[in-house]
Amino acid sequence: MAIDNHAEVTSSLAFLDSAALRIPTLSLLQADGSLTTGAKAPPLHQKLAEKLYRDMLYIRCLDERMVGAQRQGRLSFYLTCTGEEAAVAGTIAAFQPEDMVMAQYREQLALRFRGFSTAEFMNQLFSNAQDVGKGRQMPVHYGSRKLNFMTISSPLATQIPQAAGYAYGQKLSGQDACTLCYFGEGAASEGDFHAGLNMAAVLNCPVVFVARNNGYAISTPASEQYAGDGIAARGIGYGIKTIRVDGNDILAVYAAALEARKIALNNSCPVLIETMSYRLGAHSTSDDPSGYRSAEEEQQWRQKDPITRMKNWLIKQQWWQEEVDQELQKSFRSEILQELKAAEKRPKPALDTLISDVYKTPPAHLLRQLTDLESHVAKYPESYQMHGEGGR
Amino acid sequence: MIEGVQEMKTSRMNLLQAVNSALDTAMSGDQRVVCLGEDIGKFGGVFRATSHLQEKYGKQRCFNTPLTEQGILGFAIGLAAQGSVPVAEIQFADYIFPAFDQIVNEAAKYRYRSGDEFNCGGLTVRAPYGGGIDGGLYHSQSPEAYFCHTPGLKVVIPSSAYQAKGLLLAAIRDPDPVIFFEPKAIYRASVGEVPEGDYEIPLGVAEVVLEGSDITLVGWGAQMVQINKAAEMAATVGISCEVIDLRSLLPWDQQTVADSVTKTGRLLVSHEAPLTGGFAGEIAATIQEQCFLSLEAPISRVTGVDTPFPLVQEAYYLPDHLKIYEAIVASLAY
Repeated sequence: MAIDNHAEVTSSLAFLDSAALRIPTLSLLQADGSLTTGAKAPPLHQKLAEKLYRDMLYIRCLDERMVGAQRQGRLSFYLTCTGEEAAVAGTIAAFQPEDMVMAQYREQLALRFRGFSTAEFMNQLFSNAQDVGKGRQMPVHYGSRKLNFMTISSPLATQIPQAAGYAYGQKLSGQDACTLCYFGEGAASEGDFHAGLNMAAVLNCPVVFVARNNGYAISTPASEQYAGDGIAARGIGYGIKTIRVDGNDILAVYAAALEARKIALNNSCPVLIETMSYRLGAHSTSDDPSGYRSAEEEQQWRQKDPITRMKNWLIKQQWWQEEVDQELQKSFRSEILQELKAAEKRPKPALDTLISDVYKTPPAHLLRQLTDLESHVAKYPESYQMHGEGGR
Repeated sequence: MIEGVQEMKTSRMNLLQAVNSALDTAMSGDQRVVCLGEDIGKFGGVFRATSHLQEKYGKQRCFNTPLTEQGILGFAIGLAAQGSVPVAEIQFADYIFPAFDQIVNEAAKYRYRSGDEFNCGGLTVRAPYGGGIDGGLYHSQSPEAYFCHTPGLKVVIPSSAYQAKGLLLAAIRDPDPVIFFEPKAIYRASVGEVPEGDYEIPLGVAEVVLEGSDITLVGWGAQMVQINKAAEMAATVGISCEVIDLRSLLPWDQQTVADSVTKTGRLLVSHEAPLTGGFAGEIAATIQEQCFLSLEAPISRVTGVDTPFPLVQEAYYLPDHLKIYEAIVASLAY
């Protein structure tokens, strides 16, 4: 059916600009851990709040340790979540284990929340034979069928239309579940973002999109990424219920995400959350932010650290003590180091996994190519090593 | 013919009706099968391949999408990953390129990159391809070679109504993503008896259409019409051609072609796509490796010209039966 144009008719010639719609930012928690005036905290009970805080702290420790490991040459590459822990923790906590997560690559906290173990992180990071991904992808491209966490793909934004399709399938098969899709403000410039949001809206897909606006896409600041009012304004353009939240405010993020999941499932429609935050670390271990942003700017955002803010709130609730913090970090660090050492020693996947999973069953031409390769390698056994083996 | 198919009730269908019949059969047999694409809903698609499917199976399972090929592919991949069996239509193969990233970087690598944690094997992408309809640059292309260069995909092209139904059903049920190019030039011209029931033609297996002893002619899709015509012409001057319809390009049936060339000593491959980087080059390279000592003449490629697809010069561009016939004669005279 063609859509009726309900627009009001006017005789005055006037163009609209983004000032016509200024989207506010939901903020509930202040830096000192007290609520903003008039704010009502979401129903975040003590047990879940503590778990979220522990997971945030764990990921901060993991990220610090793995950047160190990369600097020591033990790892080829790493990406941190540093500065955006609340944006990921607050959203994943509002979803159920049966909901599918389709993430970008900076959301390792969602995996931790669902029970991904330190050994599982390490096996992927070191591409060993115990990695469920069979050592095929660069570090941080995690995936887990049992945890409903779709394997990460490097090309940006490709997961966005896929999340719409996944959610449509969940609805079609009568599942009481939805899809949670993460991406950054840079990825939102890709065509797949526009395709995916439009399709999700038109085809009524129960998917919650979380745009992590962390201010930078590698070196490109948000001001050189878009001219409109962030990513949130686009959601409204596509006819999607949209909210912008302070991404460093665990309570605001959690409150918005709880409501978003409810809307997506009850109304069978997409919802967009834009979390406003800051990438405190480099884009990746291959990047050095000092070339494009000031230490002062970073310092300003360090004052707004989401983990400290949550800790202040927990302490005010009398649910946490500073001493526990120190102990916890110590035990996380020691567990991470131990698993790191174990994972880097584990053997690499066997050579025949080079050709498995290209197709469900390897076709004749691939089997022949493997046989040829194996006989060649047998002739020069010293000349070939798996990546990461032999002191590379 | 596949076993059991002989006993099935058949009716006269053109290639388009056979595609429609395959989709109908797949959707009625499996609730998870979903058709999506531009204009494919109530309207039944610009070529009517999805006619009446929305009426029969509802708007949830046969639906229009916004005009976004990358979106259609991304959406269909997500559906397949979830466990549905999507059949996505790209209105013309010429418009598949916005979806290239989703096909090449996503669909093709889904199982591999996740270590088989996830896959989108339920995915089938249908797209009408090829010239012969005065379509000029953007309604005529044959982009199969781009996809044949991508491990993880299967590429299938039928040349008749019977093949279209059997191959499409096999593609839909195949555990890997399949790109299914339909020869639109013969959508209505190719008419034959097609079983009304359910049957599959295995992927990756070529069909020897005509047995012969002097030269092997290999092709697929609409080009089989030109190849068969050229073989008939050659027969009138006493040249016996063995004609092979590849049906699947990825993976392709190397054994059948190699066995034939070992017998005939000569090979000609013909496709509408341009010469350079075309799939004929791949076949030629493989066959010269496998049949080097049997070859009596250089392997011949009769293809489109290395230009964009023309409009007014279409007849000159296309590798028609006369060009193929001349190449056959030249090969025999070598």
